[in-house]
Amino acid sequence: MAEIKVENLQKSFGDFVAVKNSNFVVADGEFVVLLGPSGCGKTTTLRMIAGLELPSAGRILLEGKDVTFKRAGERDIAFVFQMFALYPHMNVRANIGFSLKCEGVARAEIRRRVEETARILRIDHMLDMSVSGLSSGDRQRVALGRAIVREPKCFLMDEPLGALDAEFRHLMCGELRGLHNRLKATTVYVTHDQLEAMSMADKIAVMNKGVIEQFAAPEEIYQRPVSMFVADFIGSPPMNFLHFESGLARGSTEVRFGEAVVAMPAVHEELAPSKLVLGVRPEHIRFDDTSKLRGAVYGSEYLGTTQIVTVDTPFGQVKARTSSELSLRPGSHVGLQLNSERLSLFRGDGGRAVKSALYEGEAHG
Amino acid sequence: MSGASTTAHSVVEPSGTSKRIAGFLVILYAVVSMIPLAWIFATGWKTPPDSISYPPKVVFEPSLEGYCNLFTTRTRQTAAYIEELGPPQGECDEVTRRREMVIAGSSNYVPRFINSLVIAFGSTFLAVSLGVFSAYAFSRFKIPLADDLLFFILSTRMMPPIAVAIPIYLMYRELGLSDSALGMILLYTAVNVSLAVWLLKGFIDEIPREYEEAAMIDGYTRLHAFFKVVLPQAATGIAATAIFCMIFAWNEYAFAVLLTSGQAQTAPPFIPTIIGEGGMDWPAVGAGTTLFLIPIVVFTVLLRKHLLRGITFGAVRK
Repeated sequence: MAEIKVENLQKSFGDFVAVKNSNFVVADGEFVVLLGPSGCGKTTTLRMIAGLELPSAGRILLEGKDVTFKRAGERDIAFVFQMFALYPHMNVRANIGFSLKCEGVARAEIRRRVEETARILRIDHMLDMSVSGLSSGDRQRVALGRAIVREPKCFLMDEPLGALDAEFRHLMCGELRGLHNRLKATTVYVTHDQLEAMSMADKIAVMNKGVIEQFAAPEEIYQRPVSMFVADFIGSPPMNFLHFESGLARGSTEVRFGEAVVAMPAVHEELAPSKLVLGVRPEHIRFDDTSKLRGAVYGSEYLGTTQIVTVDTPFGQVKARTSSELSLRPGSHVGLQLNSERLSLFRGDGGRAVKSALYEGEAHG
Repeated sequence: MSGASTTAHSVVEPSGTSKRIAGFLVILYAVVSMIPLAWIFATGWKTPPDSISYPPKVVFEPSLEGYCNLFTTRTRQTAAYIEELGPPQGECDEVTRRREMVIAGSSNYVPRFINSLVIAFGSTFLAVSLGVFSAYAFSRFKIPLADDLLFFILSTRMMPPIAVAIPIYLMYRELGLSDSALGMILLYTAVNVSLAVWLLKGFIDEIPREYEEAAMIDGYTRLHAFFKVVLPQAATGIAATAIFCMIFAWNEYAFAVLLTSGQAQTAPPFIPTIIGEGGMDWPAVGAGTTLFLIPIVVFTVLLRKHLLRGITFGAVRK
């Protein structure tokens, strides 16, 4: 197993820059997820690590060795494709053993390793079946088997669960993470599904328009998003944004929304008067009639134990997650209380997070 | 289905009546198309007088004369000479002697037939192999001016090939390719390769790149991946393309007449030149044509499943 290091990686297709100056390190045994909307460059990044695409600039190091321009087959990596790419003209056994055959492994040894892999994935009873008759879940396992059997330096997975239905995807998420815990294999995993990313990753790289916006652990990304894009992309419903204009002194611990004063973590920057955005997660909003930050209830979605209440405020629409026992009529006016320790502040232009006690408290640690 | 059809009918499935009408039309068309073939087949079993009798004979006594004449050359002899030869050796000897002739040797039909086989299979093999490699390249690599090149390849089929017959005749004479199997193989390959490239490109486009990419990550080179993963997937397309190339090369007449006359002559120009006593030997022509149809029928039947899938392939996404 190995460390993957990506240095100043860049890829353009004609005028279009798919990946811009990317830098990150996947430590040995780490499970890293590249997360972002379609077209953000996550798959291109993965394909460059795999050697299926050559970068326009930058370097890729595998176990400290420069592999930027090495052929895919010489990198000793395994790749799991979204549509599995099982060879339809071979049975399950031949599919899993295909890479070993290339390495010239002896027949008996191939047999042993294929069977062992199949046991790990619980597909040993279907080794002699044709792949075309398999369910998508079983195909997925065969595709994983093909990757595992080689004992490669690292696993690269391109939306491997994208072709599965929602229920099964959830199950496979658990299985994949369990597999990773057992094999301790360095893994880079591409997805656009934040739930997959949050539930499996050691670290997430959130990508947008070819740029990695934030590379950190899931909790870090959820609690301290470094940009409005990340804050908006992660979380369901996403972070709420309240728009206002103000200047702030270094060390301020409150912001004003008209008459309402909202306490927030101490600001560590000097801000000239400009457009600002306060970010608050739905679960950090409470209804409190004494609060001066008020809005009208627009509607609610019942989710069982909780409900999502949408409230129109003069500063933008917000969604609050509250107990489902609370009953609020659409149109009624409510006061909103925000959890002052968990608020993020973003610049109106560019959407970068403003440094504050919330961010720097951890960043030094 | 059947139970429900009394109360409601599907808007997609054709109704019973229209199915029957369609079936009738197809059968009618098939029968009409079969008439010439059936006539040729029947002529092969007639005697020469029966074959040119008027009104034409539909019911007749079958005779082996056509097939005998096809494979042999004969000379006329006096009755006295034939008398001396003793009893006839086999069926053919007997029919020949009835016309006061004896078998002098074997005809050129078999060597011409073998020429046809060599040239048709050779050019099909070449056209399909060249086609599959270039189709792969067009499908997978970024080739400058790829669209123009593809159009150029197709444009070689935009005029009837026979339009360039005279330049080719002169060229072949200079190059010493006239009346050689190699020359005919190259010519038919040149005509077929554009068809092969276009057909096969369609098939290879349909094969997801991920298959090769997976194989290449597994350590195979691109060439290996091509042979182990792409070719087996393209089998249907290759079969369909091969049938089209084969049918063209097998049936081609005009170039064969022009460019072959001796040792490389194929069967199509040979068959109509079988001349009997006092004009064309129609039963022998019928017999020769019937036998000539067999290889292409066998070839097509063997690959029929692929052909049908091949023609409709890509029309609907799976």
